[in-house]
Amino acid sequence: MAKRKRYTRTPIVRPKKYCRFKKSGIKYIDYKNPDFLMAFINEQGKLLPRRITGTSLKYQRKIAVAVKRCRHIALLPYVADQMK
Amino acid sequence: MAKTNYESVVVLTPVLSEKMLQEAVTSYEKLITENGGELIHKENWGLTKMAYPIQKKTTGFYQIFEFAAEPSAEIVDKLELAYRRDEQVLRYLCIKLDKHAVKYNERRRNGEFNKPKEVAAAEPAKPQTKAAPVAEAKAESTTSNEEA
Repeated sequence: MAKRKRYTRTPIVRPKKYCRFKKSGIKYIDYKNPDFLMAFINEQGKLLPRRITGTSLKYQRKIAVAVKRCRHIALLPYVADQMK
Repeated sequence: MAKTNYESVVVLTPVLSEKMLQEAVTSYEKLITENGGELIHKENWGLTKMAYPIQKKTTGFYQIFEFAAEPSAEIVDKLELAYRRDEQVLRYLCIKLDKHAVKYNERRRNGEFNKPKEVAAAEPAKPQTKAAPVAEAKAESTTSNEEA
């Protein structure tokens, strides 16, 4: 009697996400630098969630404030179709 | 009493001549210094393209002031009142800087762009964009006046 082959799902190995601010010791997020803030928004100009960028809560809050300030002084759009 | 550091960004209409722009900037500088504020740094980005049009204008003169002042002097209130009264101002933003921001701005002024890794990657592009609009501003300020 042949043993039925057991099916095992191989887990997808992804590199662990980390907070880039904690890692490189950034304490202040400049709202006057839209190029840098582009890393935290999607093509429509919306903020990306923490679960995608891996940012810690403390710095996610700071990003949100920085992006909002940046939008106010018209360096980032409030709404966009294709930004990147 | 300890002084607080503030930062103020103003976006002025592109329909300004070099002279009018200078006048507006110096008037705000005066407002800060005359009320007991200490102007730490000012920066002019020149004519910069905006991400979306404001009052049907797609570009604006960006001017940044960084100053230290007593919170009791209410400079920010006075400055914002002046901005609101000024029709040349498209947008303004006044914020209080925390200690990290003060440190960051100092390093930025000294040209230490390799402080934060990610910022350093984005930063080198900045001086170029900053340099170009100033040159444009000179050329465009004359043309935009004719339109007006």
